[in-house]
Amino acid sequence: MQKKFSSNRYDPQGAVRDDVSRRHFIKGVIACGTVAGAAGLMTGCSDSGDGGSAPAGSAERLISINVNGMSRNVDVMPNETLAHTLRNKLGLTGTKLGCDRGSCGACTVMIDGTTVNSCSILTHTVRNANVVTVEGVGGGNGELHPVQTAMIEELAPQCGYCTPGQVVSGVALLQRNPNPTREEVRHALAGNLCRCGAYNNYVNAIVKAAGSA
Amino acid sequence: MADYNLIGKDFTPQDVRPKVTGTGKYSEDFKKDGMCYMKMLLCPMPSANVTNLDASEALAMPGVLGVLTADEVPAVDEPGYPMLTNKPRQLGMPICAIAAETESIAAEALERIRVAYEPQPFVLDPLESLYPGGPNALDSGNVTGGGEGNPPIHTRKWTARDFAEAGEDRLPMGEAPVEWSVGDVEAAFAEAALVIDEPFVTASSTHQALEPRSVLAYWENGKCFIHGSSQSQSWMMPGLARMMDVSLDDIVYIAEYCGGGFGAKASPYPIQGMAGYMAKKIGRPVMMRVTRAEEYHLGGTRPGFQGQVKLGFNANGKMIAADLYIVQSGGPNRGSGDYSSAAGALALVYTPTNMRFRGAAVVTNKPWHVSQRGPGQNQLATVVEPLMDRAAKELGIDRVAIRDLNAPEADVVFTESQSTVTSMYLKEAYKLGAEKFNWEEKKAMSGQRNGSKVIGVGVGSAYHSAGSNGFDGLISIRPDGKLYVHSGVGNLGTYSYAGTCRAAAEVLGCSWENTVVLRGDSRHGLPWTLAQFGSNSTFTNTRTNFVAATKAKEMLQRLAAMDLGGEPGDYEVANEAVTNTSDSSKTMTFAQAGQRAIELGGEWDGTEYPDNLNDVTKAALKNVTGSGLVATAKDELFKEGSVPGMAAAFCMIELDTDTGKYEILEMHSIADCGTVLHPQGLQQQLRGGAVMGIGEAALDRMIYDPQNGLCATVGLYQTKPPSILDVPTLIETDAVNQPDPQNPFGVKGIGEPAMGCAASALLSAISDATGTYFNRTPVDPDMIINALSGRPQSFTPLQVNV
Repeated sequence: MQKKFSSNRYDPQGAVRDDVSRRHFIKGVIACGTVAGAAGLMTGCSDSGDGGSAPAGSAERLISINVNGMSRNVDVMPNETLAHTLRNKLGLTGTKLGCDRGSCGACTVMIDGTTVNSCSILTHTVRNANVVTVEGVGGGNGELHPVQTAMIEELAPQCGYCTPGQVVSGVALLQRNPNPTREEVRHALAGNLCRCGAYNNYVNAIVKAAGSA
Repeated sequence: MADYNLIGKDFTPQDVRPKVTGTGKYSEDFKKDGMCYMKMLLCPMPSANVTNLDASEALAMPGVLGVLTADEVPAVDEPGYPMLTNKPRQLGMPICAIAAETESIAAEALERIRVAYEPQPFVLDPLESLYPGGPNALDSGNVTGGGEGNPPIHTRKWTARDFAEAGEDRLPMGEAPVEWSVGDVEAAFAEAALVIDEPFVTASSTHQALEPRSVLAYWENGKCFIHGSSQSQSWMMPGLARMMDVSLDDIVYIAEYCGGGFGAKASPYPIQGMAGYMAKKIGRPVMMRVTRAEEYHLGGTRPGFQGQVKLGFNANGKMIAADLYIVQSGGPNRGSGDYSSAAGALALVYTPTNMRFRGAAVVTNKPWHVSQRGPGQNQLATVVEPLMDRAAKELGIDRVAIRDLNAPEADVVFTESQSTVTSMYLKEAYKLGAEKFNWEEKKAMSGQRNGSKVIGVGVGSAYHSAGSNGFDGLISIRPDGKLYVHSGVGNLGTYSYAGTCRAAAEVLGCSWENTVVLRGDSRHGLPWTLAQFGSNSTFTNTRTNFVAATKAKEMLQRLAAMDLGGEPGDYEVANEAVTNTSDSSKTMTFAQAGQRAIELGGEWDGTEYPDNLNDVTKAALKNVTGSGLVATAKDELFKEGSVPGMAAAFCMIELDTDTGKYEILEMHSIADCGTVLHPQGLQQQLRGGAVMGIGEAALDRMIYDPQNGLCATVGLYQTKPPSILDVPTLIETDAVNQPDPQNPFGVKGIGEPAMGCAASALLSAISDATGTYFNRTPVDPDMIINALSGRPQSFTPLQVNV
């Protein structure tokens, strides 16, 4: 009863079944005239490992981006995602990667006040924008944003891996809507998956922060 | 109830702030000088023999540092799970790994490795493997574990007659590897006023922790350092030492944060070792970032069930007979005992006076299968709870009343091994839940229609054995005047590592501000304890910290008497000091005691320790000895019987009969977890468990293409966990708060039943709204629409991968 296997090109790392958005993404990069090591992308990795040993055909370029209110100079590959730049080149590891496919929201950052999945945007495209990560939502000297304070008080995080994304989504919501309803908070967090299921406590915290902000 | 300073009070665990600021470091957040990157070559088909592997072209690439093959790592016998293998028996099983200066180079190098595969027969459906002449997933057989005299894996085939007699609508029931019975089941069915006999399927589903299991490994001075993603800490040590072939002293394990595990990161898993072997081979720190898609192959899967359940009730609604047969679908590995645990849950939660269980755990060429939150008990809850509703309706009994009638008392004796429990308050949970939810009023709303929408009301429950014993406690009181509680518990996100440390502070009358929890890094000296699984930490580690703190108290009293005069009994320990009760000038602060213990050495500072400690604790003591007054003890307190974590949930939904979709209007979850240790933590577990339970009932499943054995669920959007919009705005929680007599503080665990009770309450509500018992999880809107419009479902009753 042996079944015939039709192809050995199936890529269990996701290139066949899980590549819809990624393929478009790569096409976009290629259309820009830069063919980076596509294998790296196809297998679901952005280029970890700092410059100097990039695949043939690509080159890093020094650019300046504004992150958390500071101008940062950084060597960036043409195909480099913002999440990668933040985590691996600027040391901002608060931004998490849960899927690297724009599905989970763990990598949520603000770009000019709007929440974006930083795994699915190229660093080159934010050169003229203000990027805010979880490290930048509070005040200076370690002062917490009211959303963060309320999340501590409400014991909102469980494993904590989605928490930075939830924080950024909550802060962005309060910036555009200082007094949201519970329903508005739920919709603002709809792109942030939490497998631990701490949703209620995140909403409680953001509503509480709105009251105290 | 006892009056405690810390037990039962809320507090802020030390790892909450780093979580909200993003400074908490998960394994992928670490960097090490000289760090390189590794990627795995995964098998592209469900079963194959690798006949040739040529990495020469890959190794010639600039930036490639090395390849690691199966020949260079420990061999594992079936049904163990290999680190690397030339006989992959699962889609996505690792064959070799490449290390390179960057991840892109590693990935590109993988494509240049030439592998010749010889495809092998494969099987995805356990029943196909049990069919005469059906394929075995492993070379050594198709059935694992369980049953007296059975080897760990062997071959078992049923007869064609077994299958023919069953037809499409019943589980074929050939000879079972595991079987037990209590009472006379056949006679009881003959007497029953109502018999329900149904086939069922619960889908295999995946844990989907949000953090993929990335690992960083390196070697320094002969020690292997591993930064891992795991829900356990000390439990990882012996397995990692064996895996890396070094002594316990030469493993440094760092896992301060873990982005979710749900059972799949409980014990050392083979790919953790891979980075260690590569690091040793190439002499560089190795980071392996695991992708989301890889997580579906290597991240663990809950075993699915195909089964038949027959329940007999008398006219009052008492379950007098139960006959359960479960065929468990595993991966190409030993898997977990879900099927046996499910039988135990049926025996305990519904107390059938006569019961028979038969089961078979069948291996398939699907991913690594491992326990998931409530392994067995939660699947069982989703199968039986809706049938309890059906029995209630057919016998004209209230649905809560029939559960209450069948619920166990504290003197329950269950299963063939005549198990007992340490405490039992399920009836109280039903009562409290019915009050809070306002069951009578809600029940009256059942079936109310508003246009195309109809109200459904449900109730469910679940059980898990939630506590263990026999592990070690370790505390130190240091010259800085602080109490250090060494915790070997992992950080799954439940905060029970912290809650249980409060037990030590409670015993010693020490303020929480002056208590330091040491955890997350074996260099702190962390004692042996069970993995953070099975809802056990709360019960297990309040006991270990109680015995260690009790010993510290006795040592402090003896030390004070020795130095200050009088008898040890003249002294009391409180406020970070030991003081003579009749002469308060005779006092020694924690700081002084810690200093004095260091001077004395011997039994005082950890140089001498009890012989009955586990080797992990003994190794840990090497990092603690001489730091202050060191007290360590093994938990030898009395324990007999299962420690039952029990939960009941109530749920109301509004179901749209046009679309099959529904909104959960209300959900209440009530715990019997003994004395509440940490109210916020409990609320969080009940809510989080309910959310995951909604996933179990309605969303979670792994799907395989039967022709090629490929996986169709390798993205979060393909097997979506519940999002915030899938769950109620506010899940209400409460607890019966009755102490368990076998814990010094009365506490026991709850994390797992929190999921099963909500899953079964939701299914109960869906059945209430639709009048259909689906006998399957997950129930999706298509199935609801088919049922409501009288169309047949698109699958047969025992079909899997749908």
